[in-house]
Amino acid sequence: MSIKSEVGVASKYITIWLFATMLALAGTTSHATDAALPGDSIYQLDVLLTDQDGREQHLPALRGQVRIVSMFYASCPYVCPLTISTLQRIEKGLTPPQRANLSVVLFTLDPERDTSEVLKTLAREHNLDETRWRLEHTDSLAVRKLAGVLGIQYRQLENRDFNHSSVLILLDADGRVLARSTQMGDPDPEFITAVLKALT
Amino acid sequence: MMRLPEMCPDTVCAMPGKPPTYRTATVLIMWRTGMRARVLLAMFLGAIHVSGALAASEARNALPLYIHLPGGKFRSVLPPDGKSSLAMVSPYELRALPVTNGEFFKFVETHPQWRRDQVASVFADTAYLAHWSSTLQVDDALALQPVTNVSWFAAEAYCESEGARLPTWHEWEMAAAADETRRDARSDPAWRERILGWYAQPGGHDLAAVGLTPKNAWGVYDMHGLVWEWVEDFSGMMISADSREQGDPDILKFCGSGALSTKDNENYAILMRIAMMSSLTAPQSTRNLGFRCARDDKGHSQ
Repeated sequence: MSIKSEVGVASKYITIWLFATMLALAGTTSHATDAALPGDSIYQLDVLLTDQDGREQHLPALRGQVRIVSMFYASCPYVCPLTISTLQRIEKGLTPPQRANLSVVLFTLDPERDTSEVLKTLAREHNLDETRWRLEHTDSLAVRKLAGVLGIQYRQLENRDFNHSSVLILLDADGRVLARSTQMGDPDPEFITAVLKALT
Repeated sequence: MMRLPEMCPDTVCAMPGKPPTYRTATVLIMWRTGMRARVLLAMFLGAIHVSGALAASEARNALPLYIHLPGGKFRSVLPPDGKSSLAMVSPYELRALPVTNGEFFKFVETHPQWRRDQVASVFADTAYLAHWSSTLQVDDALALQPVTNVSWFAAEAYCESEGARLPTWHEWEMAAAADETRRDARSDPAWRERILGWYAQPGGHDLAAVGLTPKNAWGVYDMHGLVWEWVEDFSGMMISADSREQGDPDILKFCGSGALSTKDNENYAILMRIAMMSSLTAPQSTRNLGFRCARDDKGHSQ
């Protein structure tokens, strides 16, 4: 065998090796961007949700879109309607394309009473755009865990009312908290700025 | 090799059909001779090299870990109506001892997502298990101490691995109301003073092993005097009973009379627990905050 052909064989192997390495590297890179969820993402929590249409999905399935989330309960007489109207005011300030990229998810604190039917009625009463608004219920332990990752405090009272911190939480597509606002009624301008920034 | 029953005082160790060994009996006699003996026992245990402590915690897993409590109506510092109503506690079972480092280590081994170097930051802050010198082992003395530096999420996950859950505040408070002889000793100023005295002790020293404080009237250990403990509904305890009246839904009234029963506002030790826990978030952990688990009563009585 000539030296030239030996070099040729070697270079062929090197080429194959390089190609394989590149494939492997490409594989790990795409794996990293597709699958690795940030440690501070609320989607690390795997709880089963059921929405106002009775559709079940796990919390991590909400990954992939900018969302404003909050916790509430349907029979709440004062604060929860205020939360919804504040969210609607924030949405009014957005252009239609911006609005189309924003989703709102409200988790109920009262899973025993707030069935899918109750949540559906609430969505209709408030004329919510149900293509983008999801009202979710889950079990009571999952509620406590959700409140834990969202930093929401609540306490159930004897008369089945809940005292809870009312807060709007802006999440990026990976479920990381970008901003929080406890200002109800007139939306907090800083929160609106954060929403606009997240949507561009 | 140290066997755990020697660490573990009377009823907790009373395994049906298995008489105590000679050494166990000796320790039990020491146990009953009073506090000085217990201090000696603690020193003895601290001084010797407790080889096989992890094997001992395996032995503990075979013991009846949970104590039955009948529940019932209970005057809580957190009345359910936010004013004065009695809490209704269903029959439940509570761990006799707080969860130890040794037990938590075994949990982390089989649930690697709760390892210090692998846990998601949304579930545990940087203080999580910070007192462990290594993620791969805990030393033998530490193994017998209550685990601390655990987040609420980690505590709940541990309890779920045991087929249990964290106790509610009312369940914890009911078990903690007892002294050695009375199921509700809270009206006794001397008892309050004694508990308060523990809070006044400076921190920073090593924690004692579990099970060294006197057993209370329910048969539960270490409710006071060792560590503070997570409860399931830790957050929101300080929220004013009717925040809507304030016009601001997000007002947290620390030590607010709306949230806490004014009838029991001299029970500072309990109020401090509530204030401390309410100041935490679920991923946070501190060096003196541990936990024990509870589960619904399975229908048998004491």
